[in-house]
Amino acid sequence: MITEKLQNLGRSTIDNLAGFGRSGVMLFGALVGKPNFRKGWPLLVKQLYVIGVLSLLIILVSGLFIGMVLALQGYTVLVKFGAEGMLGPLVALSLLRELGPVVTALLFAGRAGSALTAEIGLMKATEQLSGMEMMAVDPLRRIIAPRFWAGVISMPLLAMVFTAVGILGGHLIGVNWLGVDGGSYWSTMQANVDLYQDVVNGLIKSVVFAVIVIWIALHKGFDAVPTSEGISRATTQTVVTASLTVLGFDFILTALMFGG
Amino acid sequence: MSDIMVDIQHLSFSRGKNLIYDDMSMQVRRGKVTAIMGPSGIGKTTLLKLIGGQLKPSQGHILFDGQDIPALSRADLYQARKKMSMLFQSGALFTEMSVFDNVAFPIREHTRLSESLINIIVLMKLESVGLRGARDLMPAELSGGMARRAALARAIALDPELIMYDEPFAGQDPISMGVIVRLIKELNNALGLTSIVVSHDVTEVMSIADYVYLVAEKKVIGHGTPEQLRQDKSALVQQFLLGEADGAVPFHYKAAAYEDELMEPRR
Repeated sequence: MITEKLQNLGRSTIDNLAGFGRSGVMLFGALVGKPNFRKGWPLLVKQLYVIGVLSLLIILVSGLFIGMVLALQGYTVLVKFGAEGMLGPLVALSLLRELGPVVTALLFAGRAGSALTAEIGLMKATEQLSGMEMMAVDPLRRIIAPRFWAGVISMPLLAMVFTAVGILGGHLIGVNWLGVDGGSYWSTMQANVDLYQDVVNGLIKSVVFAVIVIWIALHKGFDAVPTSEGISRATTQTVVTASLTVLGFDFILTALMFGG
Repeated sequence: MSDIMVDIQHLSFSRGKNLIYDDMSMQVRRGKVTAIMGPSGIGKTTLLKLIGGQLKPSQGHILFDGQDIPALSRADLYQARKKMSMLFQSGALFTEMSVFDNVAFPIREHTRLSESLINIIVLMKLESVGLRGARDLMPAELSGGMARRAALARAIALDPELIMYDEPFAGQDPISMGVIVRLIKELNNALGLTSIVVSHDVTEVMSIADYVYLVAEKKVIGHGTPEQLRQDKSALVQQFLLGEADGAVPFHYKAAAYEDELMEPRR
């Protein structure tokens, strides 16, 4: 019984390590080599649109509502101490340091990550990737690389949009509805938000999360069993694995950046 | 220039513990249509992937135009692939591109021709498969036969020296099948191609092939011109050509004696 469990544990560890190795080889093949801007640029622009621009709506709506909820919840606590003037920094710091990068990454995994996995898995199942290889076109450079860079470029930008819209949402609720002074909302925010400590660290987080989410999504698609069940499993795994990895890395990064 | 385009020497290939090919050899002559036939599941598609360098054999050599494909570097393999082409069973058309863009894809990838010239080449290729009028359709709007013809136009876009057809007749209605049979032969002759056709459709393949290899039980069990194969005395060859349900390849999957199992209480 125990031996069997140990065997299973060993097997799944080896499988996971092998999968991690394959994902590394995939990324290496996609990114290392002489870039070809003539062919690569239009592909990148198209993927920036598909991955970035088409994710904009969900990011805008979510950012707005999260900012509004933050202001509402923050106000009810701050007002007890007569500190409602600090609502601006509360909303801004929460969004810049945590919610902006993390929630964007989670939404990005659900919206763009799952779509990428399904797209690449289906391309594999319908032999499009093999066909490309036989036409002497490397699918890693043609399919994986532009999607990877588009994800890494667009996700930090989406996180910034999320944060900005969230701060406006906080203003809408705090200032326009609950009556917090508009001047103090912005001035305390300006006084308490540090460019490097808060803005740049938040940006670093979102770049790290972008690499994690997009790498997992591309690998799960590329490594998917080319059947309908295999693709469905890969898509689910992308969302679950990417979300949990982002949360785990968020803790590590937060501890490193703000822990002491 | 050698008369042999593809020379497979003592090829062995395993997938996991499952041995697919055991010391198999065959040759494909330049300018000819060579058919590889055999029952389903013996790894005919695998053989095409081995020739294309997508899989590596456990042993043996696969010489394409004198180059040993498994021993080539990645860059040399991609260079060699520019001279070959493959028509996949599914067609493998890029679903997000129109028929025109699918055919133009390899030209745009490997040449720096102007769009006006690409337009002319693509229209010529589409005309040769009878799909010039379908240039703006998306793959999802094509019937199975049309999709395969569009894929064929893409496969000949760069005028390859070798074209490999993976089950080109599978799942086709009689008209589409007739069109594809004619296209394979005509394109081979008109463009001076060398063709390898993998199939188990005996009648169609025998009608266009210059030379036939019959593969079963991990090796070549018979080869020759279609006429020579028809005269072959081997029971296995004759069973396959005549499509008999039982014979050298048994109808029944390996099992215990029928009577014993019926009389035995349920296990």
